[in-house]
Amino acid sequence: MQQLVYFLRKYRFFLFFLCLETIAMGLIINNHSFHRSKFVSSANSIVGGFYHNSSAISDYFQLAEENKRLVAENNELINRNEQLLKIIDSSKTFLSKDTLKYHQQYKYISGKIQKNQYSSINNFLNINLGKSDHISKEMAVINSKGIIGITEHVSNHYTRVQSILNQNSSISAKLKNNSNHMGNLKWDGKDYNIVQLEGLPRQAKVEKGDTIITSGNSAIFPEGILIGTAINVIGTQTSVNKVVNIQLFNDMSDLKNIYVITNFDKIEIRNIELNADE
Amino acid sequence: MNKAILFTWLVFIFLLQVFVLNNINFFGYVNPYLYISFLFLFPLNKNRYPFLGCCFFYGLGIDFFSDTGGIHAFSLLFAGYFRLMFLRIFFKKTQIDYLLFSFQKESFGLVFNYVVTLTFIHHFILISLDNFNFQDMGSIFLNTFYSGSLTLILYFLGSYLFRKKQIG
Repeated sequence: MQQLVYFLRKYRFFLFFLCLETIAMGLIINNHSFHRSKFVSSANSIVGGFYHNSSAISDYFQLAEENKRLVAENNELINRNEQLLKIIDSSKTFLSKDTLKYHQQYKYISGKIQKNQYSSINNFLNINLGKSDHISKEMAVINSKGIIGITEHVSNHYTRVQSILNQNSSISAKLKNNSNHMGNLKWDGKDYNIVQLEGLPRQAKVEKGDTIITSGNSAIFPEGILIGTAINVIGTQTSVNKVVNIQLFNDMSDLKNIYVITNFDKIEIRNIELNADE
Repeated sequence: MNKAILFTWLVFIFLLQVFVLNNINFFGYVNPYLYISFLFLFPLNKNRYPFLGCCFFYGLGIDFFSDTGGIHAFSLLFAGYFRLMFLRIFFKKTQIDYLLFSFQKESFGLVFNYVVTLTFIHHFILISLDNFNFQDMGSIFLNTFYSGSLTLILYFLGSYLFRKKQIG
């Protein structure tokens, strides 16, 4: 017993050190899993509040650039709207006034990025939306140019977003040409403007300059959100492990206004998938 | 150093690290980690519980802001634990000297060795944990070297600029 007390006294600082290191290691491992709730995250009210204030200051320096971008987006949407109005001939179209039959699947919520990160291996963003804006886990985050990430940890007013520039990120994507071949969008951690499309079947034909879009295969991203263009294919056209390098449309180091997409049918889709497993 | 001044300095360095230095991205990915000067500013004491505890929470604070889980807490605590060992090796100081110890009374060469050793140990652990795999050792070493050099330049410039105001 005395030996034990002596041991504890002699190594008391070392034991304290080990204890704290174990806690830190636990937090690191916890941070690498998507589905665990996070204790150390910038989405809590104190850290989020700090970022809220700092982004309020830095926003002023980007106002002109950001305005230009939003006007361009508006312009595109107005033009698309005009085209659609041409197609829909009101005299021939049946207008449903019954709201029960009307069904909207996606809803877009606009927000702003408070903290952008792109230089690390596992990047996370922080946005100024939270539970009070009906944000929950696993929602798509995009902007007018393309995909950005998936919401991960939500507090009342802030949300942490797992960027596509994260080694744990995996998003189903496909080629925009007529084939429906799908692959997984990953990031190798090197260049923040280039991501990789993996697991394409060997018969899929990829050319330089092909547009890559989301596949709509998961309940998170709708189909057809822009990602980027193929710049080269690693491995031969027929090899099993074909990897396509993709130049993103977004400049990931320069993001501000974003949209979070709510999928109203998510629970229904999940339930069907669950039932199919049984 | 007076406790209030020390506290102000640590808060200032913390905010500087979180809002400015984390966004330097030299060469696209190299950041200085100046918050390691916590180890050099915190006074020496025979009772090491407060220091180790503060190391952990200071690092954890940085982790909260940079969404890195616990890698800053881990590496700062690690370097902090071995602080006294390197103090013994480089300066030949024992517990009696802790109270009166100051970098300004020591020769620059010894201080340089001490600071460089602790900085590189801290940065190496930090960057290895950040990468979380050991396949790419080359880039870990390179990144350690770059960001370590940046940190050291900033630290020595800073301590030279403020050496009259702070005795520590």
